[in-house]
Amino acid sequence: MSHKFYGGVHPAEHKEATERKPVIPLEEAPAQVVIPMSMHVGAPCKPIVAVGDEVTVGQKIGEIAGLGAPIHASVSGKVVAVEPRPHAGGGKMMSVVIENDFKDTPCETIRHRDNVDVLTPQEIIDIVKEAGITGMGGAGFPTHVKLSGAVGKVDTILINGAECEPYITADHRLMLERGEAVLGGVSFIMKALGLQTATIGIEGNKLDAVEHLKSLLPAGSGIQIETLKTRYPQGAEKQLIQRVTGREVPPGGLPADVGCTVFNVATASAIYDAVTEGKPLTHRNVTLTGGAMTRPLNVFAPIGTPLEHLVKMAGGFKTPPQRLLMGGPMMGNPQYDLTASMMKGTNCLLALTDEEAAVQDAEQTCIRCGKCVNVCPMHLMPLYMRMYSMKRDWEKVQEYNVMDCMECGSCNYICPARIHLVQTFRMAKFEIRGLQAKQKAKEAAKA
Amino acid sequence: MNNETKLLGVASSPHVSSPIGTRTLMLDVLVALVPSLCVAVFFFGLRALIATAISVAACEVFEWGYRKLLHKTNTNGDLSAAVTGVLLAFVCPVTLPYWMLIIGDFFAIVVVKQLFGGLGKNFVNPALAGRAFLMLSYPVAMTTWATPGQRVGLLSAADAVTGATPLSADFMHQGLLPEGVSLQNMFVGNIGGCMGEISALLLLCGGVYLVVRGVIRLRVPVAFIGTVAVLTFLFPMGGNDRLTWMLYEVLGGGLMLGAIFMATDYVTSPTTPVGEILFGIGCGLLTVFIRYFGGYPEGVSYAILIMNACVWLLDKVKPPRFGLTKEMKEKQKAAKKAAKEASAS
Repeated sequence: MSHKFYGGVHPAEHKEATERKPVIPLEEAPAQVVIPMSMHVGAPCKPIVAVGDEVTVGQKIGEIAGLGAPIHASVSGKVVAVEPRPHAGGGKMMSVVIENDFKDTPCETIRHRDNVDVLTPQEIIDIVKEAGITGMGGAGFPTHVKLSGAVGKVDTILINGAECEPYITADHRLMLERGEAVLGGVSFIMKALGLQTATIGIEGNKLDAVEHLKSLLPAGSGIQIETLKTRYPQGAEKQLIQRVTGREVPPGGLPADVGCTVFNVATASAIYDAVTEGKPLTHRNVTLTGGAMTRPLNVFAPIGTPLEHLVKMAGGFKTPPQRLLMGGPMMGNPQYDLTASMMKGTNCLLALTDEEAAVQDAEQTCIRCGKCVNVCPMHLMPLYMRMYSMKRDWEKVQEYNVMDCMECGSCNYICPARIHLVQTFRMAKFEIRGLQAKQKAKEAAKA
Repeated sequence: MNNETKLLGVASSPHVSSPIGTRTLMLDVLVALVPSLCVAVFFFGLRALIATAISVAACEVFEWGYRKLLHKTNTNGDLSAAVTGVLLAFVCPVTLPYWMLIIGDFFAIVVVKQLFGGLGKNFVNPALAGRAFLMLSYPVAMTTWATPGQRVGLLSAADAVTGATPLSADFMHQGLLPEGVSLQNMFVGNIGGCMGEISALLLLCGGVYLVVRGVIRLRVPVAFIGTVAVLTFLFPMGGNDRLTWMLYEVLGGGLMLGAIFMATDYVTSPTTPVGEILFGIGCGLLTVFIRYFGGYPEGVSYAILIMNACVWLLDKVKPPRFGLTKEMKEKQKAAKKAAKEASAS
């Protein structure tokens, strides 16, 4: 069964710098970790430790306050500060700062579970919740919420191993080195949802990972592996669902509306560790790469490691980077402060040189080439969305369904006139949300 | 935060961009036109090259001068004026006096393109509009065709041997095939006609280059040529063999040049897949109608100009919204109706 997703682009992959480099632990553990209380979609956690407390690796330090996932210490040592610190998402965020004692004392709650086969679906979901697992592909939706919301509503499990962003190899290496954990995690997801099958989608530029996972597949596991033609943004949830099942998630809807649920391969392996070893999510694979990094590599780093320490582990900057990104070059989040730290969803720290990064030239005139329309995976017409945005005609912009835009950047990438389309649409969405809120407030006042 | 912390630059994603810019696209179009220029020089002599060079130079000068005069940014670097220059020269007979060509360039660049706001704002193809202007102003000079295989005089083209083209009125309107012009000759370009439109083979080569380089999409040319082919195959004139008649119609006149290089002009063609196909079919229909029933023997340029004027409408056909189900569509329609009724009452 194979379907197509419409549009997309194929930027230069640049994965060769790190794709053959095994994931290694940090050569030098960070002296301090700064763990932000918000690394997920939802409300920030409430810190439950105070300055002076001794913590162990895996000890819970942040408790859920609303929608969210608990947060755990990633090193052992002493809490030296609980205060707002620079956050990779911009601004400042309440964070727990732990001084590393370099002993890595594990928390006593971390215990190997012997017979995982007797676990009920609800028990698996509870373990995932306690382990603080969130979507590790970037968005960071709490995994236990996704799982419990999907029970009974979903007939298809998709596992995202597309890693369609250029440069990043963290998931690729994970599939090669911890294939058993990925497949094991997938089985636990299947069990939690009571489904017999799951499909792992992997792009064709990682055939070694496809082969490796296929060789590990036990007979009758119900897991299928599908090789996808390399095309950005195939790893976007809606596009992956469209590509594998042919179904389209309705506007404003969720994958569950078309009976699908999607998990990242890294999330699957984190679930495996949580279920079998009782390990909460405290470490993850990160690709440190880009032309401005002296020694590009893949590391297994404690969550909360400051960015400057990660940069140091990659040998520092070869040249001053034009831009430092958390994530890939298409959707990555630019960082301005090296004291911010990596989070649960950080798969890559990318330092781009002047030559690599798109220089933000002055926009040229739109020549109506239509390339943006032809690459938009959401079937939008970026040139008209932009035209009406510039006129601040928000009604028209909404008619062109700007709210469907997922900011994948394909149109912006392909535009020969170098028009800053994504930025324009972000502004348009912001304005429209503001108008909608005003409208609602008006209606509420009337009623 | 201490003062020593070095802050890094930020920008909105995406942080990489495709290496292809407006200038590279235009350069590719120029490259794709080189083979046709060579064949024009081969059949008509160096005059074809000089006329093209003069036309390009005139277009660039007009573009530069207009923008200088109005204190606008210089846009010569995007090469779009050069493309217009080459294309306008290509749709004129090689014997056309240079000064007429320059007048056409002025109309194309200043009146059609710059007065509407420059690149991206003109609603009809400048080169074709320039040709239409010349056709109205100098109908005789614009329909005097040098026979191929001669060296047309460089300064004065008055002594050139002229003859009818495969698409001259006598042939087309009466359904007669041109005598002594084989299909092979039409394919390679050993025929009379405008200097850039004679060789279907080399125009196709240029088209393949543009498609491979991702400059043009296949939808418009295929829909355009396909429509002409189907119509002429179904309704041959003058009792000719269907296939032969169709091939003469497809290879003759400006169809190849028009379908590959003119109808695909970004600025004046639709942006959506459906729009592009409708645009191509419209061009094809109009071409055949003009050739069969119109006063002109050749309809390609007017067909494209008319369709250019319809692009705003074709672009209203939006691609189907991602994930929109039938029920949601009906709901939306109902909501719209209700809103209309509410506002009416």
